[in-house]
Amino acid sequence: MKIFELAYYPGCSLQGTAKDYAESIIGICESLDIQLTEVPDWNCCGATAAHSIDRRASLDLVGRIFRQAAQMPQSEMLVPCPMCFNRLKTAILAQPFDQKTEDQYRIPMEKGFPKIWDTANFFATQQMMETISNKVQQPLKGLKVVCYYGCMANRPSEISDETDFENPQSLDRIVMNLGATPIAWPFKTDCCGATQVLSRPDIVSHLVGNLYDMARRVGAQAVVVSCQMCHANLDIYQEKIEADWGRRFNLPIYYFSELIGLASNVSGVEKWLSSHLTDPFPLLRELGLWNPT
Amino acid sequence: MITKDYKRRENKIEQMHQATLHPNEIFLQQLEADGKFDADVCFQCRKCTNGCPVTFAMDLYPDEVIRLVILGQREAVLKCRTIWVCAACETCTARCPNGVKIAELMDAIKERTLLERVPVPQPQILTLHRTFLKNVRKWGRAFEGTLLPAYLLRSGQFLHKWRERLWGWDIKFGWRLLYRGRFFHFPKKIRGKKEIRNILIHHKK
Repeated sequence: MKIFELAYYPGCSLQGTAKDYAESIIGICESLDIQLTEVPDWNCCGATAAHSIDRRASLDLVGRIFRQAAQMPQSEMLVPCPMCFNRLKTAILAQPFDQKTEDQYRIPMEKGFPKIWDTANFFATQQMMETISNKVQQPLKGLKVVCYYGCMANRPSEISDETDFENPQSLDRIVMNLGATPIAWPFKTDCCGATQVLSRPDIVSHLVGNLYDMARRVGAQAVVVSCQMCHANLDIYQEKIEADWGRRFNLPIYYFSELIGLASNVSGVEKWLSSHLTDPFPLLRELGLWNPT
Repeated sequence: MITKDYKRRENKIEQMHQATLHPNEIFLQQLEADGKFDADVCFQCRKCTNGCPVTFAMDLYPDEVIRLVILGQREAVLKCRTIWVCAACETCTARCPNGVKIAELMDAIKERTLLERVPVPQPQILTLHRTFLKNVRKWGRAFEGTLLPAYLLRSGQFLHKWRERLWGWDIKFGWRLLYRGRFFHFPKKIRGKKEIRNILIHHKK
């Protein structure tokens, strides 16, 4: 029996470079009996580009997503990409008061808005935490991590509905539930630079280098993230940033969903982890958490 | 790693001196008409600037941008690097004690810059935004397989790297991405792409 039925809006990057995140979310949802139904014929939310140079388009694009979602029976929507999460929630707040939005892209109000869930917050609810802890077969003993939340799932608080936007706890609670040790650190919600990695790599190198440095200073072995842009900047570009800083950080970056999959022995973990560019396996082997059958 | 641009800072202080002589509210009103940002309630506590992660790459600090907006220093604001360097991380908006929507104001200023055809000091950032929207316009969703090459070509990075023989790292990087299975997917045009074209009608280029 499915305990939850949710509409699912994956977002563009989960179809491309962040396939591992998409697959891990679908994998753990299957094992936790959550039924995800993709929004039919969804489109891009416009991301940073649209809200930077064309505010009207950014609201209209999200309006169309809600139009598509209105055909679905589900009243709650799971959005793994924090950027999309932020854009969707921003449009809910802004669109009713926006004069320029075209009528055909107005968010349909009759049914009320679907509740938008950020994945980290969704899996940190009391009910999900209990379901997950029942499934845990291999507690992640000895794994010391810092949780990195990034910007868009938290800020601004009136959009994210997050009460602890300076010191969020959802990932820490999930990780603790799995038996690992989350370390408190000051850079939980500091920016990684996101898409600036293409246009101003020097900025991203500075920001992410600071994150690595602090993570190492507080004694973390790895970083846990819930955002595919943070993951890209921290994982894919790690070697380059190490070269810029002239230091070896060697921090594996895990999605929280991969850790849930690892702890509850979901099939496919190996595939998800092997698409990382910073090798995630040596640390797991060292701690005795990786025993492929 | 990045040294601050002191020359620009001196110019800025000079502009601020002139600004005290001729305050002008029209610019503020124009921007506020695009959305409610409440910039006029700023009391210069500088919490935005102190929390901003990218001030090291800015010429004007966020609080200075707001001050200049209030004073009507149109040119200084529209020409500054700050609005483009801003990573839209929303730390400033989240922390502002007066509820000024600073990050959103930066977006509104960017739009006005384009509307008034003021030259952009960080063309590669604008190119990335334009390439992204053109990409979305074509497929209905962003497709990284063509987005990245198109951006490298349009921004001139490809040419620059080719001339300076800097592409060794990129080729290795691209190969590693391919090897890890991060690029193996095909673009999918959505059925509603006509609607998307309609929404992004101004982003053909």
